[in-house]
Amino acid sequence: MIQTLAFYLFAVLVIASGTFTILARNPVHSVLWLIVAFFNGAGLMVLLGAEFIAMLLVIVYVGAVAVLFLFVVMMLNIDFAELRAGFMKNFPIGIAIALLLLAELVLGIGAYRAGAMVLGTPDGTAAAAADTSNIASIGAVLYSKYLFLFEAAGLVLLVAMIGAIVLTHRERASGPHRGHQDIGKQVRRRPQDATVNARPDVGKGISL
Amino acid sequence: MDYANSLYLTGPEVFLSVSGLILTLLAAWGGRPSARYTTILAVAALFGAGALTAQFLINDAYSLGGDAFGGLYRMDAFGSMAKLLIYAAAIGCLIVTPRFFDKGTEYRPEYPLLVVFAAVGMGMMVSAADLMTLYIGLEMSSLASYVLASFARSDGRSAEAGLKYFVLGALASGILLYGISLVYGFAGSTSYPAIRAAFDGGLGTGAMFGIVFVLAGLAFKISAVPFHMWTPDVYEGAPTPVTTFFATAPKVAAIAMTARISLDAFGNQVDVWRQIVIFAALASILVGALGAIGQSNVKRLLAYSSINNVGFILIGLAAGTAAGTSAMLVYLAIYVAMSLGSFVAVLMMRDAAGNQVESIADMAGLSRTNPMLALCLAAMMLSLAGIPPLFGFWGKFVVFQAAVEADLVVLAAIGIAASVIGAFYYLKIVKIMYFDEPAEVVTGKSDLSHWAVLAICAIVVSPLGYLATKPLGVLADRAAAALVFAG
Repeated sequence: MIQTLAFYLFAVLVIASGTFTILARNPVHSVLWLIVAFFNGAGLMVLLGAEFIAMLLVIVYVGAVAVLFLFVVMMLNIDFAELRAGFMKNFPIGIAIALLLLAELVLGIGAYRAGAMVLGTPDGTAAAAADTSNIASIGAVLYSKYLFLFEAAGLVLLVAMIGAIVLTHRERASGPHRGHQDIGKQVRRRPQDATVNARPDVGKGISL
Repeated sequence: MDYANSLYLTGPEVFLSVSGLILTLLAAWGGRPSARYTTILAVAALFGAGALTAQFLINDAYSLGGDAFGGLYRMDAFGSMAKLLIYAAAIGCLIVTPRFFDKGTEYRPEYPLLVVFAAVGMGMMVSAADLMTLYIGLEMSSLASYVLASFARSDGRSAEAGLKYFVLGALASGILLYGISLVYGFAGSTSYPAIRAAFDGGLGTGAMFGIVFVLAGLAFKISAVPFHMWTPDVYEGAPTPVTTFFATAPKVAAIAMTARISLDAFGNQVDVWRQIVIFAALASILVGALGAIGQSNVKRLLAYSSINNVGFILIGLAAGTAAGTSAMLVYLAIYVAMSLGSFVAVLMMRDAAGNQVESIADMAGLSRTNPMLALCLAAMMLSLAGIPPLFGFWGKFVVFQAAVEADLVVLAAIGIAASVIGAFYYLKIVKIMYFDEPAEVVTGKSDLSHWAVLAICAIVVSPLGYLATKPLGVLADRAAAALVFAG
């Protein structure tokens, strides 16, 4: 009962926030609605028993992708009036693509109702162990059987990071001391190095 | 799982990765001034990895190698030979690079790092016995290559080359992954022996689509026609030492990887992929030969030449036999020397101000202004054309011989006809260098390191190379035997 309720809650919210994503006039609002859709999608995944995918949705899509979208939308100064200007010009192409997709959808559903098609002989796929959560089973093979690939994937990320730095890092305009703070030098500096006790005679100035 | 044995078998990759990590730290501490000694250490690391991998090729007892990490990775004579070629190409590229960049101040210690990590990825590609290892290795080498292509940041062409390579490479990776997912779906496993067993009886439509997509993705990486469009642009735009690297090491890796997956995972379905490989081979030979004729930039011309050569290499693969694979490896070895030599000769051509000369017209009369350079370049060109006293002829000869033995007489005949077309533009360069009025453009001096690499390549390509036919043939046969009968 509670599952059915939760399912309909998540499902309705996914569809609603998806609709608002494309209807919102302000792209920042669109991205925020997209985040709501991702969260509810994650809820659906939990209901299916795929808690690992649910976490990936939240961490990767909400945590990284959506935030990236937000940054891009905010930083690129997009002129939305101009974007919409070509609407009528591209309208026939849009309709054509929509019709194509509709035809594919109808064909797909028709073929599905006609019965399953056998394309090959998939076999030997490992069945999931029943009594462990899928995070535990992924962890069990990821760090043992696929250790080599796990480490190699880490190396791929390192290469990507080095690449990003190589391509974007610019060294500061170099002056002798510009923007450089030597904390050790600051701490080593003693009061007697910086201050002078002077007792000038009355009526005379002091020469520094 | 026996980790000690696995680490021993993956030794070259582990050693290179650890060296790469240490070099990363050195580069981070040393900053820009450390570029020179980082390069030297990277060359040393590549030599070390070569020493670790050579025993599997040289010692017959180890030539069948073994599986590491539960069959994800296989070390054998085939992988060993491909890796030695890759490391040799990477070393050649690293030796010529620092002096190339001296003019600008663009050289940074990240360059040797990226080459080392690319070599790690390529090593994984050629030793992959599982589709996942293949993909991760491919991504590692590709990511490093994209960055290397746009390494000269102040040069707009370099940035353009990097972007083109990245976008098209990502597309190719997508095609490859789609194929891999289909193959996995219909075979129920990503491991090569399991795929081979699953495809033993026959192929459904879906599995065949999977094979086609996998081969299309791989054809992109070896720049075989019809997936070659990026090659001239990227080769022209990238800094010349990087082009030297692109034309050699990734080609060897991708071709060796294609050979392993075709002969091992799809080894029971030779008839399915053979027609694709034959088409790609013929189209590459023709497009490579015809496309080069109109070029005025020597780097673009050499890019078409590399497309043309990939076609000849694929003829060896199309034979699908141990002899064909062995011929393919011999051709690859000679191709690496020819390609390295010709690109190094190109990067040595500088005008008086030290800028690169890339236009073919500016090479006129090079034989009088710089006779040694002209002689070496002429040797490379004639060898690429396959003219007998030079070593390039031997590669073409063994490949065509293997094709004829495998009853692919028509393929061999068309290949020979097309190589005559190809000879036209190679000879045109020789003619421009030797018989045209000197343009007096190429007057700059070259560094000793450039001469050293060029001299080694020239000696391999010269008729002296024929002294190596016997050992090269023995090693290639051993490598091919490890591959074709291992599955």
